Amino acid sequence: MDTAYMTIEEARQKLRARTISSRELTGMCLARIRRYDGSLHAFLTVTEDEALSAADEADRRIAGGLDGPLLGIPVALKDLFTTKGIRTTAGSRIIGSYVPPFDATVVYKLKEAGAVIVGKTNEDAWGHGSSGENTDYEPTRNPYDTGRVPGGSSSGSAAAVASGMCLMATGTDTGSSVRLPAAYCNLVGLKPTYGRVSRYGIIPMASSFDTIGHITRTVRDNAMVLGVTAGHDPYDATTADVAVPAYVPKTTGTLKGVTIGLPKEYYGVEGMDPDVAKTIEDAVLVFKKLGAAVRQVSLPHTGAAMACYYILVPSEISSNLARFDGVRFGLGRDTFGPEAKRRIMLGTHTLSAGYYDAYYRKASKVRTLIRKDFADVFGTVDALLVPSSPTPPFRIGEKTADPLTMYLSDIFLCPMNIAGVPSLSVPAGFTRGLPVGMQLAGPQFSEPLLYKIGAAFEKETAYYNVHPEGF
Amino acid sequence: MGQQKRSAVSLTRHDIQHAAALAHLRLSTKEEETLSPQLTRVVGYISELSATPTDGVEETSQVTGRSNVFREDVVDPSRSLSQDAVLANAPDAYNGFVKVKAILDGES
Amino acid sequence: MDQQFEPVIGLEVHVELATRSKMFCGCSADYFGHKPNTDCCPVCLGLPGALPVPNRKAVEWCIMLGLALGCSIPEVSKFDRKHYFYPDLPKGYQISQYDQPLCIGGLLSIALPGGSAKPIRIRRVHMEEDTGKLLHETVDGRHVSLIDFNRSGVPLVEIVTEPDFCSVDEVDIYLKKLQEIVRYLGISNADMEKGSMRLEPSISMRKSQIPMTKSPKNPTSQDLKALPPYRVELKNINSFRFGRKALEYEIARQTEVLVRGEEPVQETRGWNEGKNMTVPQRHKEEANDYRYFPEPDIPPMQWRRSQISVLRSRIPELPDAKRSRFTKDYGLNAADAVRITERRQRADYFEEAVRVGRTLGAKAPVTPKQIANWLINRGIDTETVLPAELVKRIMEASEAVTVSDDDVDAAIQKAITDNPKAAADYKNGKEASLMFLMGQVRKQIAADPKLILTRLKELLANYSL
Repeated sequence: MDTAYMTIEEARQKLRARTISSRELTGMCLARIRRYDGSLHAFLTVTEDEALSAADEADRRIAGGLDGPLLGIPVALKDLFTTKGIRTTAGSRIIGSYVPPFDATVVYKLKEAGAVIVGKTNEDAWGHGSSGENTDYEPTRNPYDTGRVPGGSSSGSAAAVASGMCLMATGTDTGSSVRLPAAYCNLVGLKPTYGRVSRYGIIPMASSFDTIGHITRTVRDNAMVLGVTAGHDPYDATTADVAVPAYVPKTTGTLKGVTIGLPKEYYGVEGMDPDVAKTIEDAVLVFKKLGAAVRQVSLPHTGAAMACYYILVPSEISSNLARFDGVRFGLGRDTFGPEAKRRIMLGTHTLSAGYYDAYYRKASKVRTLIRKDFADVFGTVDALLVPSSPTPPFRIGEKTADPLTMYLSDIFLCPMNIAGVPSLSVPAGFTRGLPVGMQLAGPQFSEPLLYKIGAAFEKETAYYNVHPEGF
Repeated sequence: MGQQKRSAVSLTRHDIQHAAALAHLRLSTKEEETLSPQLTRVVGYISELSATPTDGVEETSQVTGRSNVFREDVVDPSRSLSQDAVLANAPDAYNGFVKVKAILDGES
Repeated sequence: MDQQFEPVIGLEVHVELATRSKMFCGCSADYFGHKPNTDCCPVCLGLPGALPVPNRKAVEWCIMLGLALGCSIPEVSKFDRKHYFYPDLPKGYQISQYDQPLCIGGLLSIALPGGSAKPIRIRRVHMEEDTGKLLHETVDGRHVSLIDFNRSGVPLVEIVTEPDFCSVDEVDIYLKKLQEIVRYLGISNADMEKGSMRLEPSISMRKSQIPMTKSPKNPTSQDLKALPPYRVELKNINSFRFGRKALEYEIARQTEVLVRGEEPVQETRGWNEGKNMTVPQRHKEEANDYRYFPEPDIPPMQWRRSQISVLRSRIPELPDAKRSRFTKDYGLNAADAVRITERRQRADYFEEAVRVGRTLGAKAPVTPKQIANWLINRGIDTETVLPAELVKRIMEASEAVTVSDDDVDAAIQKAITDNPKAAADYKNGKEASLMFLMGQVRKQIAADPKLILTRLKELLANYSL
């Protein structure tokens, strides 16, 4: 087995058996970052010293018989995650030297669980993007084809996990930002139920859409991490007061009794790559083979979702980015990158006097209709299976000229954020040597079921064993 | 969707400048020229939402399903920051205050 | 000429709540006199990622104030974001309430000098957060603004009236009454000088159509008259006195414009104490486009009737009710009842003293009227003098007053007879002996010393050795 591509599950066994130390594991990750990040640009900040001392501390604790769900595991954090004493840029220049005086709740929980933080990952600035190209720094490359995008906005997190620079990386998902990069990099990415994971300390994009997820190599690893990050937070009034169940599925290999819906609006659409469609069809056959019932369903307002999203999200963005005024931290507002300026302008326009009813209020009503679509469909099926993207990863520069085309990359992903339901992107296979992902979406707080379905598929297909060449 | 002509919606120069002023963004002429057609295209796209019937539909502004979430009125010093920490990221400070260039108190 | 126009005034009053912690975080809400930027955390400093969680007590107090002002409490309420840029506003928006405030549609009746009452309609009472504080100074020869964020996030309640005021006096009466109610509820000091109560009037002038405008029978009579087509908002008012001066200045200024046949400009003006006048504030086109939308970080609020009843039951007896009870139960006159009930603490003290007076003064009862007199006229410090102590003092004084002149004379006579030497010494010019004799009299009787001294001198003058 290639140590660079160990799963968290495997690494934990080796750490506990003392056949590898956290320092060795962390050292290996740091060495790979040094070796490959010059070409991949996955990291904005590497915290080598802090990581090694955290690794040593983990080794001491392991030697002392202590345990923790992530004890000694090297992880990376998207640079929207506020870290005490560690520069947090949001991928932007405007706060390029901001050093927060506090930790995000999730960062605190990961540290408590024993995780070793190797650095902060690159992203589309503020989470605004689907490719990673909207970073104010160097765009991240896809390890499976460095001429292509890794997907965004959690671009660096996906590239880092895919290239063996860490075992898990966090992400945020407002409309696609965990699932698209996971899909484009042959990884498992969770967009949890809205409110399942605390947003406290995560630099917000659109507050009523933002969810805090993570990217791993396997479904089981992903479930284990959610067990650490999920839960009510008194510092976030929108977190759910719902108990955290056991997420790691007992893989039985069968999906008997599970009904999976295929919403017709997501299939056979214009712009759908035929090879991606074929890959998903093959995945459907696997689910049938595993015993799941599969049936066609409908989410009738899917066509209105993108427009709804691109009214409400920029509105909230224009508000959330108002605090960046160069008074208490950071540079002046003129330092915002072009995409941030576009979205601030759009959101300011849609909220301004005379336009609010036509845009914000109208979209808020359409949001109700889209939620109802999901509620209705989950009355008839347990989960939905949809492609994560109509195409495999696209070429760097392919969509930057036209923002609207870029926005439409999220067409299969943003409806789940509008409705606040969870969705898990899992590797569905490859086409033309490029990863294809699919999403499993379920009703609110159905993560255990999504993990069960995903794990059964993963056990059958094991695409996580296909690593990028040259890394 | 698609029923409405996209050309029906356009952003005037005034709309752009008004939004920029509201958002405290100073746009160069070049930025304005780039942004204007891009935003017009996006606004054209989002305006198609008007074709979706929403009569009698309630608004959704959040999906938590929660209400009445409060904290008790207790002083919690655990998150308090020292004056140094408050000022550490500020571009300019003086005597414990954050310093900015003079703000006229609204008088002309 | 002035008779042709009468002012139309509406008020927005901000009251800073005296909660222990701030509105959306656990920082101390008591910032008065603290070093700058020492009561701050990521939330009230608006650091990226920090989130607001509303203070239950502040919301409850806001509702209680609304109830005390006769408002109804809608079943659903929510917070909204109000956007504008100012260096003392850390997030670039203020968390406030827009179209679904906690309290709506109240009525506060004010007592006019002639004895009539005038109802003032309360449009809404809502909850929001305070901003930081700006100081304007010169540092190294340059004009700068300094910001202290200690006040940022302190809970504020905003009380908005309809434009129902027709004179500056009415405004004054309303403000004092509102202040009393707020203090009775114990939710704020409502001190204008310290900034815990702030005033933003808007004023315009309209033609006096009917000579009688003093006291409309009901509030809707206001609606019958159209509002003027313009409105001037007044800012930077730090005290009752400034508020009065600013309004009086505006009445004169706007009347002058109208008499010239012009219409005053709709604008915001600030009171400039140095110049003793209001001056126009810079007004940008976008200044009032606040782009409100529902605060996504805070779930909405929903109230059941039972919850509102509980809050209503926590409202103490308010000044008006107390006044009528005091006149009825204790026989106080209206003026005394008002004076005694200005502050809840004083009214409570009075009632405690009345209770003690009834038990202690079984043989010589101390009347409520006496207690009220002492409280009003003798400057009793209710902080240091216990009600029982006050009752004792009143009883002693009452006894002293009952000593007759004959009793005084008899006591003096006895003192002289008992101390012939002292009397002789006094007659021979030794002044100190007078004070000795005075002491001998006062040992026997509690009476007014002045009276004793006068009578003692008279009797000594007639005394023959």
